[in-house]
Amino acid sequence: MFTVFTRPEAMKDNHTHYCPGCTHGIIHRLVAEAIDELGLRERTVGIAPVGCSVLAYNYFNCDFQEAAHGRAPAFATGIKRVRPDLVVFTYQGDGDLASIGTNEILHSANRGEKFTTIFVNNAVYGMTGGQMAPTTMPNQVTTTTPTGRNVKEVGYPIRVSEMLATLRTPAYVARVAVHRPHYVVQAKKAILKAFRYQVANRCFSFVEVLSTCPTNWGKSPKEACDWLEQNMIPYYPLGEHKLPDRDEP
Amino acid sequence: MGKKILMKGCEAIGEAAIRAGCKHYFAYPITPQTEVAEYLARRMPEVGGVFLQAESEVAASNMLFGAAGAGVRVFTSSSSPGISLMSEAISYIAAAELPVVFINIVRSGPGLGGILPAQSDYFQATKGGGHGDYRLLVLAPSSVQEAVDLVMTAFTLADRYRNPIMIIGDGMIGQMMEPVEFHDELASEPPEKSGWATVGCKGRDPVIVKTLYLDPVACHKHNVKLKEKADRMVANEVRGERYNCEGDYRLLLVSYGTMARVCKTAIDELKEQGIEVGMYRPISLFPFPILPIRQEANRPHVQAVLSVELSMGQMVEDVERAVLGARPVHFYGMAGGLVPTPDDVTRAIRELL
Repeated sequence: MFTVFTRPEAMKDNHTHYCPGCTHGIIHRLVAEAIDELGLRERTVGIAPVGCSVLAYNYFNCDFQEAAHGRAPAFATGIKRVRPDLVVFTYQGDGDLASIGTNEILHSANRGEKFTTIFVNNAVYGMTGGQMAPTTMPNQVTTTTPTGRNVKEVGYPIRVSEMLATLRTPAYVARVAVHRPHYVVQAKKAILKAFRYQVANRCFSFVEVLSTCPTNWGKSPKEACDWLEQNMIPYYPLGEHKLPDRDEP
Repeated sequence: MGKKILMKGCEAIGEAAIRAGCKHYFAYPITPQTEVAEYLARRMPEVGGVFLQAESEVAASNMLFGAAGAGVRVFTSSSSPGISLMSEAISYIAAAELPVVFINIVRSGPGLGGILPAQSDYFQATKGGGHGDYRLLVLAPSSVQEAVDLVMTAFTLADRYRNPIMIIGDGMIGQMMEPVEFHDELASEPPEKSGWATVGCKGRDPVIVKTLYLDPVACHKHNVKLKEKADRMVANEVRGERYNCEGDYRLLLVSYGTMARVCKTAIDELKEQGIEVGMYRPISLFPFPILPIRQEANRPHVQAVLSVELSMGQMVEDVERAVLGARPVHFYGMAGGLVPTPDDVTRAIRELL
């Protein structure tokens, strides 16, 4: 008998607190697999955000710091600058990164900090119970947009990957999804690539992962996957938005 | 001790941090202390350290948070509005029990205020600033040499208590040039931190630096632990200086930092006129020197106590707490960047005698 599938060493043997149908668990696993495959666990420090994944350190089996809301990139900057031998990643949601933390992510990317950000975009504030996020889709109903997001009043969803890709500083910026198995395979490749760029001390690396929130979207897990495919992917195109070797002149 | 050199306060503070074994500085420019950053932008690369100009005080203080969590000596300098922005991180850093040194070269507030000397951040430094039950250990130098000495001490205290420490000065301390001597050796080697710092989990279980305690019992216990730490500071870290307290003086001044220097001149001038005034100068603002001030105020020849500040009356509340009604407690101060002259202080004293 031999093992064909097991828990990555970079994950603890804990049940997660995530809701049924939430894709945080898949994304956690992909990050953990990447850390294991590159042999980085013993020199990795993760930074947890404020939001649904604040307790990520209960699930990852490596050193972790829990940041103030939106400040994970500043934490990662501090750690990586004083201990460049460590591998540092932030794991942030869209409220954390795209709203309260825009300044920190923008400037970290612009300085070319050599850490990796996993940006989980589920178009809603999850932990506080389903409020509008900067990434909430036009006309999407949330508890603070009860008649749907009115873009004339609050603007359009922010495309963070595209925004970061405009920066002159070399970076790896990709957007992936995990709602179908073949997307999961692509997401894993992007996450691996992001960590490889960091290990090579090449550039800032950023992977945006489109994620579902059945609870706050008011949908079943399957409906949520369909909704993501039909509504989010057309607005948030998947793919590599910036490569360090494809620098602007 | 090394040889005496003439240095501007801000630059001396930067050099003192390096001599204290701190090779990591994250900051955002703000008058009247930007010279610390300018000095360290040159100096940190020379000693193989890290200088980083952050995009804001919010970012700078969270870079400190991350770096301190990774187990290195780290510090920043800023001024009042910047410290307000850092106060979020200061609360978290205290909660996470990390050693970080903050320098606040206070400007006059509130709001943007002005850039001239003030002591209007006393409440912010000693009573909170950030949210929650935590205490900063706050030290107030009254000369450039004392600023150097206290910066070096601050790193030792930060490591000892695993708590943020604040050095509070003003534009006079930051901008004035005075002769200073640097200690040749570290006040203390940074202790071993790999047991709690995120340096990679090789050979041990993962370390988590966090401040979230969702279980009320665990959160209460954490607060009790922080309170016990503050109590240890109160028991062990009171610092202050008595001036002209040997004889039968009639009035006790309480004053710190730049203001205390002016008070000393006023006391000397009054002494020549046969009027004896004593002064207690708190060097630690938290822990406040409650017992020494109470002891002085209760001496039979003391008729009253006068708190002299570059504010509209902040420390005076702690002076009242120390004196406990045993003597009348008065206040004299100016704010906005005005510094009373010795004559101003003398007049305020004469009104009470």
